[in-house]
Amino acid sequence: MPLPRTRGTALRHRLAELRGPDVPAKALDARALAALAANPGCKRRAILDGAGVNKAALAGALGSPSAFGQSQFALTRGNAFEAKVKADGGAELLRLVREKLDRGAEPPAHARVPELTATGPEGRTARTALALREATEAPGEWTLLDHPMLALDVAGSPAFLEPDAVVVHPDGSWTVVEIKSFPMLDGSADPAKVGAAARQAAVYVLALEQVAARLESAPRVRERVLLVCPKDFSNLPTASAVDVRKQRAVTARQLDRLTRIEDIADALPAGTCFSPELPAADLTAAVESVPAAYAPECLSACELAFHCRARSLESGAVTSLGRSVRAELGGLTTVEDVLSAARGESGDPDDPAVAALRRAARLRAEALGQEAVAGCR
Amino acid sequence: MSLISTLARLEAVGTGRAQPATTVRHRHLSQRPLVFVPLTTAGEAGAPLGALVGTDRDAPHLLVVPQPRDRDLRFAFLSELADVVLPYIDSFAEDVEAAERNETDPETGKRVKVEVELCADAPQLIMPSRAGVDFVRLLGRSMRFRRTAEQDPEAPYPAPPRVPLLGRWLTHYAERARVPGSSLLPAMTDLLSRHWATGQSTLEDQHLGALLAWIDPPEGETGAEAALRAELARDRDGQLLCPPAGPATDPAFDNKLLAPAIERYDRARTALAASEDGLEADDRLGDLTAAEREIRALVASRTRPTWDAVWQGLDLLRELPVAGRVEERWTRDRWSFTGHRDRVVAGEPPQPRRDDAVTAANKLAAREREQARLEAQEALDDPLVMAGRRLAGEAFAGEVTDVVMAYSEGKRPSPRPLVTVRTDDRPHLGERAKVFRSLGGKPQSAEFVGHEESLDEDGGALLVLRVLDKMGRGKEPEEGSVPQKGDLVCFTLFEHEQRGGAKLPEPEQTPWTHGGPPGEQESEAADPLTQEDVL
Repeated sequence: MPLPRTRGTALRHRLAELRGPDVPAKALDARALAALAANPGCKRRAILDGAGVNKAALAGALGSPSAFGQSQFALTRGNAFEAKVKADGGAELLRLVREKLDRGAEPPAHARVPELTATGPEGRTARTALALREATEAPGEWTLLDHPMLALDVAGSPAFLEPDAVVVHPDGSWTVVEIKSFPMLDGSADPAKVGAAARQAAVYVLALEQVAARLESAPRVRERVLLVCPKDFSNLPTASAVDVRKQRAVTARQLDRLTRIEDIADALPAGTCFSPELPAADLTAAVESVPAAYAPECLSACELAFHCRARSLESGAVTSLGRSVRAELGGLTTVEDVLSAARGESGDPDDPAVAALRRAARLRAEALGQEAVAGCR
Repeated sequence: MSLISTLARLEAVGTGRAQPATTVRHRHLSQRPLVFVPLTTAGEAGAPLGALVGTDRDAPHLLVVPQPRDRDLRFAFLSELADVVLPYIDSFAEDVEAAERNETDPETGKRVKVEVELCADAPQLIMPSRAGVDFVRLLGRSMRFRRTAEQDPEAPYPAPPRVPLLGRWLTHYAERARVPGSSLLPAMTDLLSRHWATGQSTLEDQHLGALLAWIDPPEGETGAEAALRAELARDRDGQLLCPPAGPATDPAFDNKLLAPAIERYDRARTALAASEDGLEADDRLGDLTAAEREIRALVASRTRPTWDAVWQGLDLLRELPVAGRVEERWTRDRWSFTGHRDRVVAGEPPQPRRDDAVTAANKLAAREREQARLEAQEALDDPLVMAGRRLAGEAFAGEVTDVVMAYSEGKRPSPRPLVTVRTDDRPHLGERAKVFRSLGGKPQSAEFVGHEESLDEDGGALLVLRVLDKMGRGKEPEEGSVPQKGDLVCFTLFEHEQRGGAKLPEPEQTPWTHGGPPGEQESEAADPLTQEDVL
């Protein structure tokens, strides 16, 4: 359900205010998408991503810079590999698409590679939509869209996405292609990296579905994407079809939840702003006004994680040791609560969590004191 | 994470220092381990950048690839690595003891005992982190199918001799590292986090520097402060004070220091190739040597802190007394080493890219069995680990309050004494559940009969058990085989020794449902080479 126009515009203005004057919105990149999946319950991340705040710059301004960076070696190799895959009008890439996903189709002899350049992300999005329509309305041929631009409605404002490639099959269906430079060794790749690529591709599938829904012919967006990686230790491309139905469903649900950022925005004090230009103290207060749900997994997914971790440690939250820890400790949420309950200084002995904790403390002390149960050995 | 280890972590947060997670050391440590600290090039699959390797903590071998994209330089690196690692491995292959092994006689089909050799000790490779173990696997895979000029005179880029052999050994070690409790190729982060509980999450424990900071913080600093410094502190040039344990390097190091140095090296090399006379060449050779020296210094500066950290970790681990059943598990590692030594000597081909169905099923079954064995043995060796099992209701300890002699029914009555144990633990005992205790290193089993009465006022319970075995053949139980009143006993609900599962068919008899017999083993072709190949 699209929001009524006026509310949508109001939210967009509100988010622009949060971002700060003259700060351009940051597109949802792969990392933001990963963070979305890793920690959907974090309001802080939701509002910052929704408003298009540059979290890396924000983390730097807060004094806890993020540790993400890319080595230029990896960058060079990644670009070289992508260029190789797409060389020669995408002949190799289309061959892989046909082999892995559409064996019934005729071999791609003359593929169309429409020009997609335009000014600004809006222009490129429009150009991409046009190229997709043209390709779909003239079936029977393969079309390769190199670095198309897609818009996805995230929390009432468009987020721009740039897949590596989209292929239009002769039957008019669309496939997302994701090119990665981690190797596929003897037919298998690092599951964590494949998972991240699948989550990313699922977002592109969602965005393409929105484009498809606006076309009269309503073409099919394939739910199996093509993951292209270097084969073994070479840089010859090899590919594998990855089913992203599950990731697509999860991301769609989380994006729906994201639309609630209006509620989060409404709860913020008036005048809150996350512009990295502001003094650190003001920024800290602004960031603190939105609750975060820090867990160690954030460290690999969110630029703000070091800031949130420091806060979480300061407040003595037990989740800074891992989410699973919370499950065993019932209502005890801080380190001090747990330790004093374990020592028997606080807590209700009838609370099963407290009782289990005291038994654990007693058993641990007994084992470390080496008293009794010598028979164990 | 169990509640008892969560509590240990919270205590570590409270005290600012890692807390013991065990009372003894559960992994074998060699007297003469080989430490291997590799670095790899970002974005390339298994293109090494350099390494520190060796058995002498004061004199590691520094190996460097000044231009990781150059195949010849990479081969030179691997060849040097083989020159360090293979003599170390060979030094264990000669010293053997006689042992017996059960084998099926091919003629009669009966199980017979065969005299075989067992290496008296095995080489132990220690990596800084789990990513390092994966890198060993990758290196092994990249090398074992290579062909040397001797094996295949037609090979376009022949590998230096001994490189394929090193690949096979590294592959074997990396495979063995997947077996729970094995110690041929341990990662230091795993070793340390098994024995200490830090005040950070298991994810953060993957950082060797931070982990050591919690276990052994510098004077006047808490573990949390020291760990944060190890993780994030940078110098004025933006370089991490404690470089990552690898094999991946910090992007800031790659971009700011390494890339310019490699570029200078490339320029010097091109200039040398273009020099026109001997005098000029001499000058330019000097430039090239200087550029190479610079890269060597950079690699040394990023690996040395990790090298020292691994040895510091070894020192800390050696302070713990060794657990009783570690030796037995190490013997299994020695069997594994000896087995591979024999396969290499017998001229068998390198490990295939993919295991056949029977081998794969055997490997999985072995890993499951070893996991169960490891869990049981660690608990029996260590009251602190046993405490965790007791808390989980998988074991109980207490005092014997009563022993009543009873006998089995039948022609020859055997002793089946009833033992009453008073315990504060809450084991999950079903009707006639079997429980086990360790009697002189062997498991004695008993059967749960029932609760004598409901919980007494302190929350303790009286459990009645019927002892079933290990009491000798006579009518009266042997001396010391039945617990006496007042004895402290500890029973487990899990078995102490693992039985193997059903025997799998020979590979030649693989059913068609599993792909059928693997057929004639053909020697696998080396990876095809292209101009831009990485390895």
